[in-house]
Amino acid sequence: MNNSVTNTARLLGAGLRALLVLTVVCGVLYPLAVTGVAQALFNTKANGSEITSGGRVVGSSLIGQQGYGLDWFQPRPANGLGENSVNTQYKLILSGATNRSGDNAELIAWVKEAKAEVVKDNSTADYKVSPSQVPADAVTSSGSGLDPDISPAYADLQVHRVAERNGLPVSRVQQLVDRHTEGRTLGFMGEPGVNVLELNTALKELTKG
Amino acid sequence: MSPVLAGILQLLALIAALALAYRPLGDHMARVYSSDRHLRVEKWIYKGIGADPDTGMRWPAYLRGVLAFSAAGVLFLYLLQRLQGVLPGSLGFSSIDPDQAFNTAVSFVTNTNWQSYYGEQAMGHVVQTAGLAVQNFVSAAVGMAVAVALVRGFARSRDGDLGNFWADLVRGVVRILIPLSVVAAIVLVACGVIQNFSGIHAVGQFSGGSQQWNGGAVASQEAIKELGTNGGGYFNANSAHPFENPTPFSNLFEIFLILVVPFSLTRTFGRMVGSLKQGYAILATMATIWVGFVALMMWTEFAHHGPAFDLAGGALEGKETRFGVGASSIFAVSTTLTSTGAVDSFHSSFTGLGGGITMLGMQLGEIAPGGTGSGLYGMLIMAIIAVFIAGLMVGRTPEYLGKKIGTREIKFAALYILITPALVLVLTSAAMALPTPGNSMTNTGAHGFSEILYAYTSAANNNGSAFAGLNADTQWFNTTLGVAMLLGRFLPMVFVLALAGSLAGQKPVPETAGTLRTDKPLFTGLLVGAILVITGLTYFPALALGPLAEGLAS
Repeated sequence: MNNSVTNTARLLGAGLRALLVLTVVCGVLYPLAVTGVAQALFNTKANGSEITSGGRVVGSSLIGQQGYGLDWFQPRPANGLGENSVNTQYKLILSGATNRSGDNAELIAWVKEAKAEVVKDNSTADYKVSPSQVPADAVTSSGSGLDPDISPAYADLQVHRVAERNGLPVSRVQQLVDRHTEGRTLGFMGEPGVNVLELNTALKELTKG
Repeated sequence: MSPVLAGILQLLALIAALALAYRPLGDHMARVYSSDRHLRVEKWIYKGIGADPDTGMRWPAYLRGVLAFSAAGVLFLYLLQRLQGVLPGSLGFSSIDPDQAFNTAVSFVTNTNWQSYYGEQAMGHVVQTAGLAVQNFVSAAVGMAVAVALVRGFARSRDGDLGNFWADLVRGVVRILIPLSVVAAIVLVACGVIQNFSGIHAVGQFSGGSQQWNGGAVASQEAIKELGTNGGGYFNANSAHPFENPTPFSNLFEIFLILVVPFSLTRTFGRMVGSLKQGYAILATMATIWVGFVALMMWTEFAHHGPAFDLAGGALEGKETRFGVGASSIFAVSTTLTSTGAVDSFHSSFTGLGGGITMLGMQLGEIAPGGTGSGLYGMLIMAIIAVFIAGLMVGRTPEYLGKKIGTREIKFAALYILITPALVLVLTSAAMALPTPGNSMTNTGAHGFSEILYAYTSAANNNGSAFAGLNADTQWFNTTLGVAMLLGRFLPMVFVLALAGSLAGQKPVPETAGTLRTDKPLFTGLLVGAILVITGLTYFPALALGPLAEGLAS
């Protein structure tokens, strides 16, 4: 008995030593080396791909934001975002999805509501949006709640409203959307999209000038 | 180009990339585990451990190494989380509660990476980088070591020597996982994944004011998270978060990382048993199931049945615009047919049948291609079962790779395939029968049941993905899921190593005209059939109550 206890202890000791050595390799040296290379070669990207407008940082081109007024292009809904409850010295956005199933009553209500809103908001005096025009991304929340993109169809749908509210010709705004529409990578990877923050930043330049 | 065609092209591109990597990586891994030489770094590490890497171990010694190392891992990670509040570099994050710290420690050591916490508000730099990310490496290396020990059981004879656990562990980390991770992490940073130590800081917003962001060593963790089929995200949204997975290319690249080691290990296996064709037969089995599941998933997700999706005009709830339905379907299948559990879209909001496909993928035992290492040993167990069934049909003592599959061997294989279904079904029933666990559901009806079935399926099979509507941060779920992860990881390993020891002690039987050819398409067909029938019979009643009921109703 005594023997087996000592053996177990010796074995656990070896396990612990192995873990500590490998922690130094995988948990200290490896991340530091990668950080060094990343910071040297891809400084902007490694630090969050921030973009500036009018001399101040307005966010990351990768992270979608909420709270644009109706003068601006709208992002996708983000019903899955949360606020931090644990470490309240910060005000963190918690990424996340709604996790509602296709037959969930709440999700059905959200989609209905969002659809009605998109139709109402984007119909102008001389442009009527029909419910069948509203693409799926405009009425559903993304996986992260931080989706930076909307589909080209949803961007196109918003052109008349944005043009009217900013006193710009529709063709100018449509041009802007077309310029910011990114196709699939190499023609087949992912889906086409329009980056909302970049589009709105460009729109801001346009309305200033 | 239609989204469906784009989805198919992405699948083909992925297959091409995996095919290119197959030979060099598979051969490299075979050399790593067969070589007699030690690198200088490795010698230092062995000195640190105090182990002699050249001593052969029989199965009980090998198993003791696995268990001791994993026990040390659980203890260390538990303490690290409990002490987070007083450790430097924790960004002011407080210590984790005992039940959640136990769950998380077990989760990362067992290669599961189930997360009942929100990454961005719970874990600081120290726990993420020196705790969780380290287990991403070593839990994967332990899986590979056990797989290699089983392969040696087939390849070696008489003396029962399975190799040295410490050498296999260290080599897996130093010669395979670290080099691949360094390259992968840098590719990910080039796509836009962040890699810094700036902590939590404020960044301006378009409409004025500012938002607070987590910094962190994300790319370095993301690389090994996928490569080691771990799946624990730095952020709550996992690989849907743009800082973990920013572009359509990074998305495909991450799927590639998930699949490349498990698929290539079949080449390593073929090399080590001296017949590449045996490896191809296993590869073909894995690939058939994987491609079949991707096709089914794309079909159901593009068809988007379900009231909310019909209303919206597409199943885009929980999916990112840049990935779309096609790439999200490939990711979902790849993460659940391996033991990864990373997600680029949220499975709970897939169609009813789509959610069922993710569950069935895990219930197959994660063998197509499965986790790093665990996929190969799981599949070899199924191969033994298939050989046994074929042997019963013709009335011969079955043999596989020149080793007799006798009573002892088939007992271990049978125990292996019984343990996870027993854990899943018993614990799911218990949770449904008790009054309080059901309060954690977000959805009601069939989907609510699916949330709980999914949770235990994911934990017992060491996957880690979730129907994340389930609030799993309760004492009940933290504890029972933790136990499911522990038993679902280590009991199968006990059986695998016992089996390996038994095989390694046999002398090979010569091949005769009556030997079942296990390197032919016929065997692949038999194996696919055996896997689907065994899993189907085990889980059909449970699946019928959850995803099938939901899927067929819409």
